[in-house]
Amino acid sequence: MELVTLTIDGIQVEVPAGTTVLEAAKKAGIRIPTLCYLKDINQIGACRMCVVDTGARALQASCVLPVSPNMVVKTNTPQVREARKVILELLLSNHEKKCLTCTRSQNCELQALCKELGVDDTDMFEGSMNEYEVDDLSPSIVRDNNKCILCRRCVAVCNNVQKIGVIGARDRGFKSTIGPAWNMKLNETACINCGQCINVCPVGALREKDSTDNVWKLLEDKSKHVIVQPAPAVRAALGEEFGMPMGTPCTGKLAAALRRLGFEKVFDTDFGADLTIMEEATELLDRMNNGGVLPMITSCSPGWIKYCETYYPEFIPNLSSCKSPHEMEGAIIKSYYADKMGWDKKDVKVVSVMPCTAKKFEAKRPELSGTGEPDVDEVITTRELARMIKMAGIDFMKLADEDFDDMLGSSTGAAVIFGATGGVMEAALRTAYEVVTGKTLENVNFNAVRGVEGVKEATVKVGDIDVSVAVASSTGCASQLLDSVKSGEKKYHFIEIMGCPGGCVNGGGQPIVSATVRGDCDIRAERAKALYIEDENKPIRKSHENPDVKKLYDEFLGKPNSHKAHELLHTTYVKRPKYQD
Amino acid sequence: MSQQNEKYEQLKAAIEEHRGEKGALMPILQKAQDIFGYVPKDVQEFIAESIGCTLSEVYGVATFYSQFTLEPHGEYVIGVCLGTACYVKGSQKVLDKISEELKVPVGKTTPDGKFTLNATRCLGACGLAPVMMINGEVYGRLVPEDIPGILAKY
Repeated sequence: MELVTLTIDGIQVEVPAGTTVLEAAKKAGIRIPTLCYLKDINQIGACRMCVVDTGARALQASCVLPVSPNMVVKTNTPQVREARKVILELLLSNHEKKCLTCTRSQNCELQALCKELGVDDTDMFEGSMNEYEVDDLSPSIVRDNNKCILCRRCVAVCNNVQKIGVIGARDRGFKSTIGPAWNMKLNETACINCGQCINVCPVGALREKDSTDNVWKLLEDKSKHVIVQPAPAVRAALGEEFGMPMGTPCTGKLAAALRRLGFEKVFDTDFGADLTIMEEATELLDRMNNGGVLPMITSCSPGWIKYCETYYPEFIPNLSSCKSPHEMEGAIIKSYYADKMGWDKKDVKVVSVMPCTAKKFEAKRPELSGTGEPDVDEVITTRELARMIKMAGIDFMKLADEDFDDMLGSSTGAAVIFGATGGVMEAALRTAYEVVTGKTLENVNFNAVRGVEGVKEATVKVGDIDVSVAVASSTGCASQLLDSVKSGEKKYHFIEIMGCPGGCVNGGGQPIVSATVRGDCDIRAERAKALYIEDENKPIRKSHENPDVKKLYDEFLGKPNSHKAHELLHTTYVKRPKYQD
Repeated sequence: MSQQNEKYEQLKAAIEEHRGEKGALMPILQKAQDIFGYVPKDVQEFIAESIGCTLSEVYGVATFYSQFTLEPHGEYVIGVCLGTACYVKGSQKVLDKISEELKVPVGKTTPDGKFTLNATRCLGACGLAPVMMINGEVYGRLVPEDIPGILAKY
């Protein structure tokens, strides 16, 4: 590899040819401010925040400027500082400055840069300002162009990572906006509600559709039994909202905080995940033994499901008929558990805490009401839960660890890894192996399906059969994998697909991580670590050994894939149009 | 309907001509604008599907360049020059008068599809300022009072 030596602010650095000045500066310990830049995803030099002086006629955007030998770069001159300041002032002159009430206040990259660069004269921002209607018709995502700074990070992630591209730049000049074609609302497009756009927005132009008010109301309604269940990935990231280092599991505090908020029962979607494995592993074996449609593809991720229904409807027969874990859990709470407690199911309200904005859409699907009532009544994201905890004055960091409630709160290590890409596959293999062979699986770690790569493959010996599996995360990678299956190039028995890159730990409802931190670490890997630690520490690590899951089958469901299980735990899918009239 | 099919056939041919080419969207959109007279949603969707890009991308390009229109032109396209010379000579008043007479805002088409009213840059006939063109016919030295008479001819 050819190396290039250059000088940045008097510091000599050596980097591979082709490196950008921005990356080279990072190596020299110099942080150049950026706004539109998102490592590997959006490197377009649009916002000009990262300009530097290279001795050329004009200042250069360092995020798109490759290093050259003996280059002399200055990142901190009066001219450079002034240029950056002017850029911020121009952005602010057309930005709705309602920072006091903005969900992103104190977590806003624009705000942080204004503070750093001393942009404080607010009287200078008079003149024309665009005003836009806020698009809040999507069940998952709110788009507020009054706050948009046109950085195009959301466009890049939607287009290049997710390969969906339902948003883009429209019109030109001062009237430029970001949004769907033909000024459609997001809910009129083939948006899959994954919320990756929210996660990369530097400001408050994108946020989740807030459901906290509804949840507060439920909690006040004493005629209702309000039950909560958090998803596996929530415990891997919630702590970040309270200053815990990324990748620190906070399961005990999570359970304690939910109890303090006033939920009558604090259950765990992990129980639903164990249940999912029972149903899904059984379904897989049935398909393999009885000539069913293969490869079977997992159905836990509602972003992926809508993507499949819209962009790859030919794979609908391949989708496992299993509901996602929180929907299964909800259906069991409103049937088995309500009966056991002598509650009318109409008085039972289930709130799910999810790392995901697409779950808000999923919960509204009419087919997900196994008891006649919706399986899940409200979905809040990890971020919304953090806001509720703060609003309630709960000192999260001082909470003593607590456990989830019996019995729909018990779970195994197989369930907790659902939150990382490859986790559902690994959990299913642990169970399928033992069901098929009748032998004990000694090493439960399937390392081949772990890790953040977009597409992973493995062949696993289960008894006499070589089971061929694949795992994809992000719909962009899913599309790549499905194309290889469609063309006949690849053949698998079982595929796990998660809509978001890295799986649920990096879901659209997780705590926001700034572009700078994203550039320094891989949040997918860091958060996944928390889940694998939890898995290692669990006394039971296989779903079919969960004693409460066994009890549920003994007392209520009979066998996996029984008639009753189908009624409550399985669902159907619909083909959806890519374009609406 | 068959006329519409024929237009799509022409568009298909244009798309084939640019198959695999980098930056093919622009010439294809230009062709579509020629064939249909504008680039409606259906046509944009057709282009997106044919060349494997997103509708957002097609729409982005179509709204970036002023040569593309999203609505059909009227039978007669009126272009009133707002270039410097015409503007100084009062072309804004002429434009306002037309807008008032036709009850149509600038850039739009009358509900009956007869007239589209546009404001244009310099038409290159400054000596006749203020100037307007209706489908290639030039009218010069205009005053607002001329307008009803001129429109009545169409």
